Amino acid sequence: MSADKAPAQEGTRRLSPVRVLDVDPLLDDPGIRIVVCCGSGGVGKTTTAAALGLRAAERGRKVVVLTIDPARRLAQSMGIDSLDNTPRRVKGVEGDGELHAMMLDMKRTFDEVVEAHADAERAATILSNPFYQSLSAGFAGTQEYMAMEKLGQLRARDEWDLIIVDTPPSRSALDFLDAPKRLGSFLDGRLIRLLTAPAKLGGRAGMKFLNVGMSMMTGTIGKLLGGQLLKDVQTFVAAMDTTFGGFRTRADATYKLLQAPGTSFLVVAAPERDALREAAYFVERLAAEEMPLAGLVLNRVHGSGAAQLSAERALAAAENLEETRIVDQDGGKAGLRNSPDTYGSSEATAPGTPAADRDTDGGSPTGPDPERSADQLTAGLLRLHADRMHLLSREQRTRDRFASLHPEVAVAEVAALPGDVHDLAGLRDIGNRLAANRPELPEAEA
Amino acid sequence: MSRLQVVSGKGGTGKTTVAAALALALATEGKRTLLVEVEGRQGIAQLFETEALPYEERKIAVAPGGGEVYALAIDPELALLDYLQMFYKLGSAGRALKKLGAIDFATTIAPGLRDVLLTGKACEAVRRKDRSGRFVYDYVVMDAPPTGRVTRFLNVNDEVAGLAKIGPIHNQAQAVMRVLKSPETAVHLVTLLEEMPVQETADGIAELRAARLPVGRVVVNMVRPEVLDPDGLELVRTVARSSVARSLSAAGLGGARRGGHAERLVDPLLTQADEYAERYALEHEQRAVLGELGLPLHELPLLAEGVDLAGLYELASELRKQGMS
Repeated sequence: MSADKAPAQEGTRRLSPVRVLDVDPLLDDPGIRIVVCCGSGGVGKTTTAAALGLRAAERGRKVVVLTIDPARRLAQSMGIDSLDNTPRRVKGVEGDGELHAMMLDMKRTFDEVVEAHADAERAATILSNPFYQSLSAGFAGTQEYMAMEKLGQLRARDEWDLIIVDTPPSRSALDFLDAPKRLGSFLDGRLIRLLTAPAKLGGRAGMKFLNVGMSMMTGTIGKLLGGQLLKDVQTFVAAMDTTFGGFRTRADATYKLLQAPGTSFLVVAAPERDALREAAYFVERLAAEEMPLAGLVLNRVHGSGAAQLSAERALAAAENLEETRIVDQDGGKAGLRNSPDTYGSSEATAPGTPAADRDTDGGSPTGPDPERSADQLTAGLLRLHADRMHLLSREQRTRDRFASLHPEVAVAEVAALPGDVHDLAGLRDIGNRLAANRPELPEAEA
Repeated sequence: MSRLQVVSGKGGTGKTTVAAALALALATEGKRTLLVEVEGRQGIAQLFETEALPYEERKIAVAPGGGEVYALAIDPELALLDYLQMFYKLGSAGRALKKLGAIDFATTIAPGLRDVLLTGKACEAVRRKDRSGRFVYDYVVMDAPPTGRVTRFLNVNDEVAGLAKIGPIHNQAQAVMRVLKSPETAVHLVTLLEEMPVQETADGIAELRAARLPVGRVVVNMVRPEVLDPDGLELVRTVARSSVARSLSAAGLGGARRGGHAERLVDPLLTQADEYAERYALEHEQRAVLGELGLPLHELPLLAEGVDLAGLYELASELRKQGMS
C-alpha cells in the first residue's frame, strides 16, 4: 500500500469547531470590564486567567487578576508569593499596560466587610465571636461569598480597565452564582428573626400558631447546638444585624454586575468527557441566569503534524518493522531489507544516497547494528504516533458531543504543552496559543 | 486494613474513579462495601452507568467472588432531617424547620455543619451492625472533597466540638473524630505524574499529618505506558533523519527520498518523540518527588478508551494485585 492515497493535510487540525472564539477582541474591548473564568477543577482555569491577564496587559490594558488559591508555582510565575489580599503589580510585563495580581484572603475580606459596616465597638464584638471566627476562616461556602465580595470591591474602585476573576474550585462549580442569592434567602428567612428576637413575631395575627412552633424550635436548636453555641450564634447574629443590610445590598449589586454588559464569562475545560460535561452544565446554567457567555476555552488540545498517517497504518507499519527485525535476526542477514523491492513501488531509490546517509548514523562497529536500532526506534515512533492519533480521535469525539449540544458556543483551543508553566514567558506562550485559534504544534521544538 | 477508606485528590486526577475501583477491589471475595459520595455530583452513578443515586444505600455492582458494592450519595439536608428524626423524633417539626430556612441555614451557611453531617453519616455506616452484631459493611469507601479541602472537611468535627462545648452535637462531633483519627481510617491521595497535582499531594499530606489524620497511600492515576525507554530516547536525539526515513519506507509508508511520503513523516514523528521525552523526564522527576513522601505508592494505568464499567473492574483488579485491598 502506498502512502500516496492519504489526503494531504499536513499541519492542519481536524474538524474545526463551529464557531471560533477570538480572545483578542474580547481583551481589547474597552466596554468589557470583567472576565470571569469558570470551570471544573484541574482544567487549567487559574492558568488561563493568568495568561489572559498577561495578554490583555501586554496589549495595553490595566489589568488585575483575582485568583483563588493558585498552585504555588503559578503564583510564583506572576510574582505573588504571599497571600496578601491586595493587588500587587507584576514585574516583567512588556508594553504600556499593567498587570496586577492578587490572591483572595477570605478571612481578611470578611473582616474588611464587617469593619466597613459596623461601628468600631460592634465590629470588635463580631470579630472576636467564636462563631464568626470559624465562619470566616473558610468553611465551605465562605470562599464563594468572599470572591464575589472582592470582585465587587475591585470593580467599585474603578482603578482597572479589566478585572479577570478565577472562580473557586467549588463542589458544584457554580456555587459562586448562588452565593448572593443564598445569602439573601437566609437574610429574608425567619430563622434570623427567630434567633435574634423570637418575641417580635408574636404580635401579628395569624402568626400565633407558628410562634408556638418557634419557641419549641428555639428550644430544640438550643438542645441541639448546646447552650453556649446558641448564645454565640445569637450574639453573632445580633451584632451582624446592622451589617447584614449592607452585605445584602452588596451581594445583590455584585450579582447584577455579573449580568451587566461589561461582564463576560469564559467557561474553561479540557477535551475530556467529565470536564466537557461540566462545561455543558455551566453553559446551560449561565444562560438560565442570563449571564453573558463569551465562549469556551478548551485547554490541552492535542494535534499532530503527521495526521495523514492513521493510527491503524502506523501500528501495522510498526509491527512490520518489528517482524522484519526478527526475520533479520533469524536469518542473520541484516542487509536483506535493503533490496529495492521493499521500498514503495511508486518511488525509485536514488542510487548512492543510502551509503551517503549512513555516514551520518555514527554507528560504531562494536555497537548494536545501527539499522536494526533505527528500525526499533522507528517502530517506537510509530507506536507513539498511534497513541497520539487515538488520543486525537477521543478528544474529537468529546468535542463533537459538546458542539452538537451547544453549537452556539464559540471555542478557543489551546494546544497542549508538554510541561507546566513556571514564568511569564510560559503564560505568554499560552496567551499566544489562546489567541491563535488554530494552534499548531510548537515549531520551535521540531 | 482500615474500615473507612477516604479517597481524595486534586480536581481532575480521577479520585472518584479510584474510589469506585477501590470499593470494588475491597468487595472481592464475598465482602460488602459501601461507596459514599459527599459532593452531590452523581459521579458514582455515571461511573457505574446507573441512574442518579437517591439518598439511600443501593446495590450498584457485584465484585468477583460474590462481593457486593453498595453506593450512597449523601444529601446534607436529608441527612440532617434523618439525624433530627433519630435523636429527637422530629417528624413534622423537621418540615417546619425546613420552612423556616433552618435546614438551609444549617446545611449551607452554618459553619461546618454540612461537613459534620457528611462525615457523621459515613462514620455511622462504618459502625453500623446488624442484629447478629456483625458489621453491615466490611468497608466504607468515601469519595471525599479535593485535596485542598479534605483536611478541613475531615477535621471539621474537631472545630465544631470546640464551638459547641456541650450537647448532642458536641458528643456527635467527638464520636466522629474518634473514628476519623483512629487506625480504622486511612486517607488516600490520588495524583497524576504532573507537577501541580504532586505538589498538592505533598501539601495535603503535610496538612493531614498536622491534623493527626491517618494518611494511607498515594495512588498515581492515569500512568501512560512506556513506549520509548531511555535508550530509545537517547537514540531520538542522535539518530539520522535519513535512517528513520528508510525504516519508515521499509515498513511500507512511502519513499525515503527528500519529499517522499516516508521522509515527510520524519519531522513530525521526531517532534512527537521530543514531546514524549520532555514529559518522560518530567514524570520521572515527579515520581522521585512522590518517592520521598515515604508512603506506599500505587500506579494505575491510563485506560486508552476512557473509564467505563469494564475499565473499572480492570483498575480494581490492578489495585488488588498491588495489595491495596
